Amino acid sequence: MIDLERVRAALATVRDPELDEALTDLGFVASIDVDGRCVRVRLRLPTYFCAPNFAFMMTADARAALEAVPGVGRAEVTLIDHHASEEISSGVANRQGFVETFPGEATEELDGLRRLFDAKAFLARQGRLAGELRRRGLTAVEIASLRVMDLPESDDKSTYLARRVELGLGTSTSAPFLVDAAGRTVTGDAIEPHLRFIRAVALSLETNASFCKGLLATRYRSTEEAIA
Amino acid sequence: MYEKDGEKYFVVDGHTHFWDASPENTSNKYGEGFIKCFYDYHANLSPEEYVWPLEKYRKYTEEDLMRDLFEEGYVDVAIFQPTYLTDFYDEGFNTTEQDAVIKDKHPDRFILNGSWDPRDGDRGLEEFEAKVAKYKLEGVKLYTAEWRGDSKGWKLTDDESLRYLAKCRELGVNKIHVHKGPTIWPLNRDSFDVADVDGAATEFQDLTFVVEHCGLPRLEDFCWIATQETNVWAGLAVVIPFIHTRPRQFAKWLGEMLYWVGEDKITFASDYALWSPKWLVEQFVDMQMPEDLVPEYGELTPDIKRKILGLNLARLYDIEVPDEIPTVSVEAAEDRAPAVPA
Repeated sequence: MIDLERVRAALATVRDPELDEALTDLGFVASIDVDGRCVRVRLRLPTYFCAPNFAFMMTADARAALEAVPGVGRAEVTLIDHHASEEISSGVANRQGFVETFPGEATEELDGLRRLFDAKAFLARQGRLAGELRRRGLTAVEIASLRVMDLPESDDKSTYLARRVELGLGTSTSAPFLVDAAGRTVTGDAIEPHLRFIRAVALSLETNASFCKGLLATRYRSTEEAIA
Repeated sequence: MYEKDGEKYFVVDGHTHFWDASPENTSNKYGEGFIKCFYDYHANLSPEEYVWPLEKYRKYTEEDLMRDLFEEGYVDVAIFQPTYLTDFYDEGFNTTEQDAVIKDKHPDRFILNGSWDPRDGDRGLEEFEAKVAKYKLEGVKLYTAEWRGDSKGWKLTDDESLRYLAKCRELGVNKIHVHKGPTIWPLNRDSFDVADVDGAATEFQDLTFVVEHCGLPRLEDFCWIATQETNVWAGLAVVIPFIHTRPRQFAKWLGEMLYWVGEDKITFASDYALWSPKWLVEQFVDMQMPEDLVPEYGELTPDIKRKILGLNLARLYDIEVPDEIPTVSVEAAEDRAPAVPA
């Protein structure tokens, strides 16, 4: 028997790579059906023309997460209401890669894109934390001198640490807080521009996420779809 | 013209459309999906009293256009930006030819921009030249995400595109508005990638590239390019409506633009009929930078607002500004040197 709570928990581990938020929090899960050892999930997105690359990643990631849930024999993930619904749903169902799913259009798999957005997500969390530290009165130089262990506990800190691990930067508590996406410490004249830059990355992500959520709510305002 | 608290503002709307997405003109499910997506943008960000029924939104009248822009919307001059989308709509979504009919009736109210698509090759180049002569075009709107047969889009730095940009230079079409929003192609890359603007702007220093939507939602990539290239401007279409539902986010976004791009290169745009200029102008003039953000971003003065609402585009397009509008000097380049990340 499949535990529905475990299904939801599995989907909560899948993120929109652009927004760095869980599909379940974003309202992208349109429905969950459990039938014996089979779980069927339908995903929906804010617009008909949302980028197919990220849509593919989320659909494939959701399938992989569901297959790891105890008791699941088969996991079917369908993307609905999207210009590439059919291609993406069947590509993921057939365990095809992205290039195979979009022959003649896609020329490489999505690993590079995922790394790029993992880096953005990391810098955005760093930007949020730095903004908070500035509000607490720390100067740019003081922020740059902090180590991971000096950061006040918060959800942003936990996420920042998780993204560090994903980027392979490690979580040693004595590691410097202010590093670029390659793990290089930011010092001297580079501190101020770096703080400006990560502030912009954080604002990008925040704005994008609120716009996507708003569009999703508008798009599905008149439907009876239950948000899982 | 808009007046509030003794301050007068000349308004140039940098981005307007007169589109036809009626069911009769819609060719396929993609055209259907496109207008519904546009409608959700409109419905999500507009104040409730400005939300139209979908039916009107698909095809509105010339009366709607003239009233919403000029009679009620405070706009002095509007720039028509075409969006062809001929793979989605039988007669196109919003073409220069359709816009020209309106411009002929109201020559002082509109500036007509053209467009081109490098995938049209030599024939397209000849047609573009003929259109420039016929309509006296000074600017183009480019939509790199547009589908054409099997192709899902193109880049400004494609060889064919560079040939068209050279033609623009030759013909004096020196305002290049680039739509950088959702694109489908290349599939395996970031669909909002603005890197091609960088390459084109470096190669064509004498052309001004107005990046519409400020690279939303990749602010950091856009800012980076704008600091590298002095001929890259920001268009506020799609960003400015955030002022209503997400005022704080908009204030931050504008603050970033002021820092990275500067007050002389940010331009107002309603993207009508996506949004109506009336409420955008009213709210923008009323807006203040939230107190706690002032140390980071500075105050929004009437002069800054005047530049953004009209004076910057008036300078770019050589539009005559009435004497009653205070003149505002352009910030000296050496006074603004944003710190650039390594």
